[in-house]
Amino acid sequence: MKLTKEQLLGFYKTMTTIRAFEMKAAELFAAGQLPGFVHLYAGEEAVATGVCANLEQKDFITSTHRGHGHLIAKGGKIDLMMAELFGRSTGYCKGKGGSMHIADVDLGILGANGIVGAGQPIATGAALACKYKKNGAVVVCFFGDGASNRGTFHESLNMASIWRLPVVYVAENNMWGISNNQKNHMNVADIADRAGAYGIPGVAVDGNDVIAVYEAAAEAIKRARSGDGPSLIECKTWRHRGHFEGDPAIYKDPKEQEAWLKKDPIPRLAAKIIELKYASRAELDKIEADAEAEIEAAVKFAQASPIPSPEDVFTDVYAE
Amino acid sequence: MKQMTYAEAIRDGMRVEMKRDPNVLLYGEDVGIFGGCFGVTAGLFEEFGPERVIDTPISETAIAGSAVGAAAAGLRPIAEIMFIDFMGVCMDEILNQAAKMRYMFGGKAKLPMVVRTPCGAGMSAAAQHSQSLEAWFTHIPGLKVVMPSTPADGKGLMAAAIRDDNPVIFIEHKQLLAVPGEVPEGEYVVPLGKADVKREGSDVTIIAWSWMVQKALAAAEALAAEGISAEILDPRTLVPLDKEAILKSVGKTNKLVIVHEAVKTGGFGAEIAALVCEEGFDLLDAPIKRVTAPDTPIPFAPVLEGAYLPNEEKIIKAVHDLF
Ligand SMILES: Cc1ncc(C[n+]2csc(CCOP(=O)(O)OP(=O)(O)O)c2C)c(N)n1
Ligand SMILES: [Mg+2]
Repeated sequence: MKLTKEQLLGFYKTMTTIRAFEMKAAELFAAGQLPGFVHLYAGEEAVATGVCANLEQKDFITSTHRGHGHLIAKGGKIDLMMAELFGRSTGYCKGKGGSMHIADVDLGILGANGIVGAGQPIATGAALACKYKKNGAVVVCFFGDGASNRGTFHESLNMASIWRLPVVYVAENNMWGISNNQKNHMNVADIADRAGAYGIPGVAVDGNDVIAVYEAAAEAIKRARSGDGPSLIECKTWRHRGHFEGDPAIYKDPKEQEAWLKKDPIPRLAAKIIELKYASRAELDKIEADAEAEIEAAVKFAQASPIPSPEDVFTDVYAE
Repeated sequence: MKQMTYAEAIRDGMRVEMKRDPNVLLYGEDVGIFGGCFGVTAGLFEEFGPERVIDTPISETAIAGSAVGAAAAGLRPIAEIMFIDFMGVCMDEILNQAAKMRYMFGGKAKLPMVVRTPCGAGMSAAAQHSQSLEAWFTHIPGLKVVMPSTPADGKGLMAAAIRDDNPVIFIEHKQLLAVPGEVPEGEYVVPLGKADVKREGSDVTIIAWSWMVQKALAAAEALAAEGISAEILDPRTLVPLDKEAILKSVGKTNKLVIVHEAVKTGGFGAEIAALVCEEGFDLLDAPIKRVTAPDTPIPFAPVLEGAYLPNEEKIIKAVHDLF
């Protein structure tokens, strides 16, 4: 598959935007400005970017506790996301959800999720709706290696396989469920192998290579859209930071961490773009600077936004 | 006596029992070298090794369900569910297996197992990481439900829970983990089903458990300054419930305020109010008041969470309403 200059530069913009968002969130958290739990996606940007580049607005995704990257890649609005992290009433959830619960239903983003593995059956049900309505939409379900040990994984993939639902399950294998390494939490090297249990395609790709992710997702999404049922894609990657901000990640081997930092998906894509002469280093720097400026503007928006009022506790419990 | 935090005391309770009985083992997500999400199990992996302190995959159904099987087959497992909110994932194992196996088998099985899990809000962890779900478990005959409010109770009740031959849901409050207190050293058991008067008083009884005991104590201090003497009664275990202690205190003060962090509707406060109405109606001089969270999910923003939570002022106001 030949990717155009516009596509690759688009990937670069999305990935640098996610990175800038995450590094800013880390800084704000450390400065005590963000309440609650914050789980960052730094290092895993190629996964959400490569997958979501294949999606249309009508398509759905389900996300996770580590959801900022998925949201940005699916078109989520940076300022509303940032305001939600700050708990402001202008945020995506009016300050009721925070980082772990950001959603934009109009954009098909069925929410980050605080319950590991909960997105799997939700994605399956959204795919049932798409199939039933024959609207040509597909669903992508993001989840981690840890989440692929939940019962929801088995039940969802089995159900989607028998009903031939238009859904792509994307396992983001960063090799850790908090402190528990993949070696200790599952007995297989490739989560993708589990697809065999459901009679659906399963592929493992280099999750730090946005082009490889894009291509694998393109095939699976095409298959889903044309009515041929679900697939499982495993993206091998690495989270640069602790499980949540504040986790010193003592369980990581510093050498392994260092080796993975060298495989950072962003410089890898930059090298590819420069090699193809699609852009100069200076032009890429400009994309990065623009991303950082957008994040700064979002922080200003959030900080200038009103905090919710106490009565807001009582609204939004039931639909009227 | 030794100065310990609530987290250290609960850990000490597990440690002492693990030394005493080789059939006691501990497992759950990140309980090993990570020391548990809130540090409660720190050091136990180093002390007891990987055969007795075991990291599990993210598989709550199998964590709780395997504790049932391990207990039925002769162990005394302590299973950790990282947040009480995740108990939903393993509710069949708790509800239909752990709670009922003995009864259904005509008394022929014993299930000495403890499910430890932290509850509570106050850290902007939002709707899926902050709940107080104790009432769920009290509604399932066959389970015992323990909610310590102090380090010493944490240790002693943990020992009792481990030694008990029934499934015990042991609920630790996140806001109490770093709270220090005097704790007896070595073997120390606080029997299940015995309430504790945390402060004596004569004008009004305030029943509270877990984190809310601290809020009630603070309220009692403020009330004392204006001449109202509040008695703080901590049931410590909701099942079994120390009905006698409740009726005795209400018999003394003739007024009752019940405080819990859980939402109001279907909360355990309703059960206590019903008990007092059924068995102690004549003891009351005023309506029973409940101070609880409202019937909504738990919001994220600190200002919203603050408005949501029961606190000292809300308790004081409820007491004022009775005078
Ligand atoms: C049902 C459930 N169990 C446990 C947790 C606590 N928890 C939050 S994230 C996490 C690790 C998830 O690992 P993985 O699925 O690999 O995602 P990653 O954090 O690596 O992105 C755990 C155990 C949870 N939120 N929900
Ligand atoms: Mg992981």
